[in-house]
Amino acid sequence: MSVEIHSGHASHDGHGMAHGEITLSGYLTGFFLSVVLTAIPFWLVMTGVLGDKQVTALVIMAFAAVQMVVHMIYFLHMNTSSEGGWTMMALIFTMVMVVIAMTGSLWVMHHLNVNMMPAHQMGTMQ
Amino acid sequence: MTVNVHPAQAGEPVFYLVDEHEHAEGASTMLGFWIYLMSDCLIFAILFATYGVLGGNYAAGPAPKDLFDLPLVAVNTSMLLLSSITYGFAMLSMERSRIAATQFWLAITGLFGLAFVGIELSEFRHMIHEGATPQRSAFLSSFFTLVGTHGMHVSFGLVWLTTLMVQVWRFGLIEANKRRLMCLSMFWHFLDVVWIGVFTFVYLLGMLR
Repeated sequence: MSVEIHSGHASHDGHGMAHGEITLSGYLTGFFLSVVLTAIPFWLVMTGVLGDKQVTALVIMAFAAVQMVVHMIYFLHMNTSSEGGWTMMALIFTMVMVVIAMTGSLWVMHHLNVNMMPAHQMGTMQ
Repeated sequence: MTVNVHPAQAGEPVFYLVDEHEHAEGASTMLGFWIYLMSDCLIFAILFATYGVLGGNYAAGPAPKDLFDLPLVAVNTSMLLLSSITYGFAMLSMERSRIAATQFWLAITGLFGLAFVGIELSEFRHMIHEGATPQRSAFLSSFFTLVGTHGMHVSFGLVWLTTLMVQVWRFGLIEANKRRLMCLSMFWHFLDVVWIGVFTFVYLLGMLR
């Protein structure tokens, strides 16, 4: 991925990242998308319409990911050029850290759980 | 200060300023605040990871299915979503330098935020009343830590919102107040993003377990 650090001429106007990008239509689009992307997962879980729990879980996680991106773009006004690309750099760095921390914790602790000797066998070992 | 002498005109030194030029007051505030939000994001990531590891350890106590009330969570989610759009309206009014409209939308945002915190607290009270206290199981400890930390952020956001309303009332929409309102805007929308994670991973996936 490439962030164009030198293209961020707009960031030197002293008003920060959100300046000049705030529009009513932007907020309304974001809100409408958020409502749809929130309502569908709730509906899926409350009615159990998909039947399979595994499939439902994957679908609602996909909806959450999309909604997070929608919020980032329409409410937080993220783009690759604000503050000379540094907000995007900070975000990508944070996302990498988050993925490492989350998958690492879940992975290691899952294997620890699986390989842990059940408590009722502990006594018979001695 | 560093000074470079141009080699071609050694007899007559030419000075170049290589220091950074002066920045306007608050020019770096937005980036700094964004980096603070990213560090906050890491806090929530660790709390999510903790919940992911401990969320299934009920210690023969109540499970998500016994405790969570999805319609109530849906109402709570809509409160936060509505407060996001009304904060957007406040920002639009601020851009047009309309003080009264800005204050009005900020107040509406505050009311939605207050409703969110109120519903969450009543949910917590109900759970604790049923014996589902943080001490009951690892699942409940991590649940209260994660959801409680988010709720505390929203509560502090409300304190900040009230403070800024007083600031705008006293000094108007001066440049500094606009900057502060933009920081709170990022904070508020960021909390909404975190809440997407909470209602998906804690409530919806909890009901599927």
